[in-house]
Amino acid sequence: MPAVRRASRPPFRDGGAEKKDNVATVSQPATSSATPSLPSPLLDIRNLAKSFGRNAVLRDISLQVAEGEFLTILGESGSGKTTLLRIVAGFETASSGEILMGGERLDHLPPYRRLVNTVFQHYALFPHLTVAENVGYGLKITGLPKPEVTTRVEQALDMVKMTAYAASKPSKISGGQQQRVALARALVNRPRLLLLDEPLSALDANLRRQMQVELKSLQREVGISFVFVTHDQEEAMVMSDRIALLRLGELEQVASPREIYRRPATAYTAQFIGHTNLLRGEVKDGVARCHSLSWRTGLRDGPGLFSLRPENIRLASGAAGSGSVRLRGRVLRQAFQGATELLQVECAEGLTLSIRTAGRENLPGEVDLEFSAADAVPVRESPERA
Amino acid sequence: MFSRAYRTAITLPPLIWVTVFLVVPYALLLCYSFWSVSPSQVILHSWTLDNYRQLFEVNVYLQTLFRSMWIATRVTIFSLLLGYPLAYYLSFYAGRRKDLLYQLVIIPLWVSYLVRAYAWKTILGSDGVLNTLLQYVHLTSHPLEFLLYSPFAVVLTLTHIYTPFAFLPIYASLEHIPRNLVEASHDLGASPFQTFWRVIFPLSIPGVLAGATFAFVLSLGDFLAPLLLGGPSGIMISNIVVSLFGAAYNWPLGAAISFCMLALVLGLLFLSETLEKKWSFR
Repeated sequence: MPAVRRASRPPFRDGGAEKKDNVATVSQPATSSATPSLPSPLLDIRNLAKSFGRNAVLRDISLQVAEGEFLTILGESGSGKTTLLRIVAGFETASSGEILMGGERLDHLPPYRRLVNTVFQHYALFPHLTVAENVGYGLKITGLPKPEVTTRVEQALDMVKMTAYAASKPSKISGGQQQRVALARALVNRPRLLLLDEPLSALDANLRRQMQVELKSLQREVGISFVFVTHDQEEAMVMSDRIALLRLGELEQVASPREIYRRPATAYTAQFIGHTNLLRGEVKDGVARCHSLSWRTGLRDGPGLFSLRPENIRLASGAAGSGSVRLRGRVLRQAFQGATELLQVECAEGLTLSIRTAGRENLPGEVDLEFSAADAVPVRESPERA
Repeated sequence: MFSRAYRTAITLPPLIWVTVFLVVPYALLLCYSFWSVSPSQVILHSWTLDNYRQLFEVNVYLQTLFRSMWIATRVTIFSLLLGYPLAYYLSFYAGRRKDLLYQLVIIPLWVSYLVRAYAWKTILGSDGVLNTLLQYVHLTSHPLEFLLYSPFAVVLTLTHIYTPFAFLPIYASLEHIPRNLVEASHDLGASPFQTFWRVIFPLSIPGVLAGATFAFVLSLGDFLAPLLLGGPSGIMISNIVVSLFGAAYNWPLGAAISFCMLALVLGLLFLSETLEKKWSFR
């Protein structure tokens, strides 16, 4: 029975042209408000909710993953990101909502019937099997002939550069190597979708950065959709086609890394992804006022909240251009960060801005600053939730 | 880290204990096994291998030893057959009832061995609960005689008594299996049945070996169950040792048999230890 099921999987290397199309679709700007323009997404999560007893962990999650896409579910601990992944894998059942894969219901299937494989946070390699046996586990289960299992295991180990360790037990190899084996064990089955649950969190910083790059290029190579869970926003930015930011069980924003960084939808997004200055002001007749500052905005009258990235504030020189906002402030702190310096500048009572500039030694106590009105991005408030 | 005096102070009590209560008595027993008894029942302190020769030449000793091993083997098999599914259910499926069920398995261990053995006597006897019931529902017309005072009764009672000993190490080994391995197996397409045989069972083998060793060694040396429920056909090797040290007053022969059993048990422990190491992967 399982043999039939797995045999129907499409091989993952022969969809080159198709793959490019999909990537092109993905790179179109997508925001949380717009439903995706993709004709039929590979994975379609509809109005999914999950609660453990009275504790609502996920609320009304709707999310699509395209064929060949690298989607990151980003969130702090307790945001529900791992639960969401476990529901897709089939280890948890949703309280309501549905999940479709390739247009068919996925959530009714037990985990061993889903064309989905997972790379677990702590790798979950079988300690009694060798590296090669671990990788061949899924293939053997499907009843694939032995010679073919051997060939595919060799290919997979080669892909993650672990051929030399084929006969080792998992306890005899390092964490980074276990990570590769776990990846090979999942990919060798040619799943339609690969789920990765914070797979890099147990690695040290250098290895981690290296694995981020490798993982991303591997994903391009095999063309399988990846859903990657992490709490590390830098990791998410480096690797993803799109980021789904999860906060307290709700999706805050789903967009490409550039989009989510440049046009954060909410105050939480702006603060969680990169640094930002939040400017709280009043909008009247198309002009936003915050302390002594004012700039033109498209917002309607009323209170307004704006995100202004530190690198979008410059030290002013010469005459103010049109559409730029001038301000003057006192430098409180100056932190050297290599290529850039981070300044804390007090511009008015209760208005201290972070400013990132190219390295410059010994700034005077008072500086003139400017930013473009267009860089003050209006964001929604992120309400506190119980 | 600790001073020499401190280390000596904490090592000394167990050392003395082991010497006085284990090394010395065993050494004495070993000496006895090479001595002999005169026809006037005086122990002669002259060295001889006669006792060991007798053990292998007199049929009843070897026969009884083999019967004991056969009984112990059956007890081991039945204890594992009962203990494993129980441990598996408790560890993987019992959910909130886990603690309660665990206690229910353990509590019989607090009840005196004698009470449990006598309980079987009242169940299996010719006017016992079971026979009365069978006749009452007209399944049998006479009391079934093989129920009590037979190897069957001994195996049944010992299985009842030693199943928790088989259960406990199996349960412990199952509890130690990381649950994400089970999830990983399902994730890779293995059904629950395949997952059991390919992941869970192999990883629980150290527990099975430990449980089997407990059940076998403990029941091999048991003498109360055969004494109370075995009858003449259910005699085990320990009963012979007891009578040799008692009524028969042949301590040297009793000591020789005891040492043979000790060697057997130590050999088994060594074997199971080796196998357990081979099957543990941490």
